[in-house]
Amino acid sequence: MKRLLLAGVVLAASIAGSGPVWADPVEDTLEIDGMPIVTQTAAPEGHPFDEVYSGWLFRSAETRDLERDTFENPGMIAVEDGEAMWNTVMGSEGKSCASCHEDASVSMKGVGAHYPKWDADSGKPINVELQINKCLTEQMGAEPLPFNKNGQRELTAYIKHQSLGMPVELDLTEGDMQSWWDRGKDVYYTRTGQLNLACASCHETAMGKMIRADHLSQGQVNGFPTYRLKNGLTSLHQRFRGCIRDTRAEQPKAFSDDLMALETYVTWRGTGLSVETPSVRQ
Amino acid sequence: MTRRIKFTLGAIAAVVLSTAAFASEVAPDAVEYGDEGVMTSLTGVAGDPAAGAETFKSRKLGNCLACHANPDMAGEQFHGDVGPSLEGVADRWEEPMLRAIVANSKQIFTDETIMPGFYSLEVGKHVRESLVGETILTAQQVEDVVAYLGTLKE
Ligand code: HEC
Ligand code: HEC
Ligand code: HEC
Repeated sequence: MKRLLLAGVVLAASIAGSGPVWADPVEDTLEIDGMPIVTQTAAPEGHPFDEVYSGWLFRSAETRDLERDTFENPGMIAVEDGEAMWNTVMGSEGKSCASCHEDASVSMKGVGAHYPKWDADSGKPINVELQINKCLTEQMGAEPLPFNKNGQRELTAYIKHQSLGMPVELDLTEGDMQSWWDRGKDVYYTRTGQLNLACASCHETAMGKMIRADHLSQGQVNGFPTYRLKNGLTSLHQRFRGCIRDTRAEQPKAFSDDLMALETYVTWRGTGLSVETPSVRQ
Repeated sequence: MTRRIKFTLGAIAAVVLSTAAFASEVAPDAVEYGDEGVMTSLTGVAGDPAAGAETFKSRKLGNCLACHANPDMAGEQFHGDVGPSLEGVADRWEEPMLRAIVANSKQIFTDETIMPGFYSLEVGKHVRESLVGETILTAQQVEDVVAYLGTLKE
């Protein structure tokens, strides 16, 4: 309750104040419960920027503070819900996730920092949401979770939270990861919709600028699922779809090949940033 | 009887008017971009600066404040800065150039510009189905916005 109230207050404050004019990312450092979080680091080879910045550096001081402290972070409720699911028996085999993977803080540590990964069975990259579905269907005799429903976001947040503070790093040498990266890069630079904008138009060319009330970040994915003060817990493909919708284009389906390629490429663009799940954003 | 005649005349006049407006409206792909911009009105009907200000502000129409500060609209919250401030823009550009910038800024700046073409069918991929073949603004809305921009002098 206290957390929800807080979120409401922050939201009200940010609407009431007229748009503060920020320019570049702020200079600030983040520690979550004493754990240092990398929010700015040298970009990997071949990256369009010299430095990569977490979206945290583009948010207001109030929003940044909410993420510093896991008790204040409204997204932690979702992580707790995900933990409950982890221990719940689902499906015909009478198993929970914990039956096989036991303590998530051990077995799931690092997963959030290294996904998407190559999945030889499907011949495609797999993300955490789809890996959950794979275990549900192949190991537990359960139904896959539909996009954004039935706890998919919460369980994903719980798994990724086990990598809090670990640097994001993909292995592009596995399988065909490199060609999915290439495809994702094409998607990133393709202008879509009636407004004729690409991801790069806003998150690369106009990074650091204000678009109406929003301070444009690099569009990094290291904090997903993220807690948005406006919308609550938000999954990555939901965010991708929202940004694409805003160009007045048809939205690709969640987990479609285009969005899996985009997730692979955009995750690479944040190489070296710490996993922040669940991050707090406006 | 007189009522009927009035109605008929009115209906005919409306038809004639709308045909006239349509006939002299320049289609998006027929707009001629020259060195000094787009010389002729897109509709032949003078732009209305007050209507233009509304179109400029509206998030559903121009949404120009998303990317431009405009001190003339200081009462509106949240002015963006993706593009330059439009303070005194009419001192920098003549009307034909303002018309060209609003209709299709890619003809004036570079292909890389972020500013959408408001009366152009050079659009991105996978345009939302309901918007295929539609421009963001109508020809008259462009004329109205251009008339409004013309009032932004220092
Ligand atoms: C019957 C045992 C079993 C159960 C129950 C099970 N899994 Fe798995 N899980 C596996 C096996 C085996 C693998 C590795 C092979 C694969 O990728 O499918 C795996 C892999 C994973 C991975 C990838 C780990 C890595 O290091 O890349 C994640 C994430 C995962 N499971 C999540 C879950 C979740 C969430 C649940 C509960 C909804 C669950 N699993 C239930 C057996 C199980
Ligand atoms: C019209 C401008 C615009 C375009 C085009 C756009 N976005 Fe965004 N995006 C935003 C805004 C505004 C936000 C919220 C503020 C911020 O973090 O930049 C945002 C946020 C995001 C975030 C969340 C960042 C965080 O820290 O939580 C991601 C990820 C993202 N965008 C990815 C993309 C991708 C991928 C594309 C291309 C498919 C894209 N965006 C296209 C405007 C845009
Ligand atoms: C998505 C961002 C965006 C939107 C929306 C936008 N513009 Fe622009 N505009 C720009 C950018 C960026 C430039 C600078 C040209 C460049 O660098 O490509 C510009 C330049 C201009 C200029 C030239 C200014 C000068 O001083 O040289 C005018 C005039 C202008 N815009 C008017 C408008 C109007 C009117 C609207 C609404 C109908 C609008 N813009 C909407 C981004 C935008």
